[in-house]
Amino acid sequence: MSFFLVAIGGGLGAISRFILGQTWNTGRPTFPLGTWIANIAGSFLLSIFLILHTNNLIPQSLWYFAGTGFCGAFTTFSTFGKETVHLIEEKQYKQAAWYVGTSLFVGIIIVGVMLFLFLPE
Amino acid sequence: MSTTTYISVFIGGCIGAVARYAVSLGIEPSSMFPVETLFVNWIGCFLLTFFITHPFLSKRVTKPVIVGIGTGVLGGFTTFSTFSVETIQLWMNQSIAVAMLYVFLSVFGSIGLAWLGLKAGLRRVNQV
Repeated sequence: MSFFLVAIGGGLGAISRFILGQTWNTGRPTFPLGTWIANIAGSFLLSIFLILHTNNLIPQSLWYFAGTGFCGAFTTFSTFGKETVHLIEEKQYKQAAWYVGTSLFVGIIIVGVMLFLFLPE
Repeated sequence: MSTTTYISVFIGGCIGAVARYAVSLGIEPSSMFPVETLFVNWIGCFLLTFFITHPFLSKRVTKPVIVGIGTGVLGGFTTFSTFSVETIQLWMNQSIAVAMLYVFLSVFGSIGLAWLGLKAGLRRVNQV
């Protein structure tokens, strides 16, 4: 059952990221805003589900579907790596540094604030 | 974009997410370091750039299938949200140094492997 829930969540996550990419990623060597939004929003969402899951406020099935499945697949590291390499190959070093730096900084800070506030040991 | 592409991305996402979940079940969970996520993200980065530059695949497979594998399977296989959460958990449960090491290995490892995948794929282009 857990495999089925992860699969459906994953499919929906991938489709949502694809739609964001269609809307916001230009394909040219510029800042990939679609992937950026997916990674930040997905990290924020996962921190919420983690807090709910740890406090037993959501069933295990919803965790599989929304946490492991949806948030896991909505966000991506492979496209993030590919886009960074693409920017470097096109000598857009500033854009590449800005993309990597803000993805990490914003993503980790948002999750950090959520977990430090709502999930202290 | 065609409906076929959306279906392809959906199916790809299902496969990628299940594969990631299977890896996480297969690798003995370590409270010290999230090796399963690191492994998944590294492999996914290499395969994505290799796959999209490799001539055999790009010539013989239709566009919806390419998007399904690239955006769906490999996009869904790798994850950024679990990475961010694990970074903070390492920070809270271990130390900021371990968390920074995880970020460093994830980011530079993934970008390095994406670059290697690109070069490996392009080498094939020159051989064909």
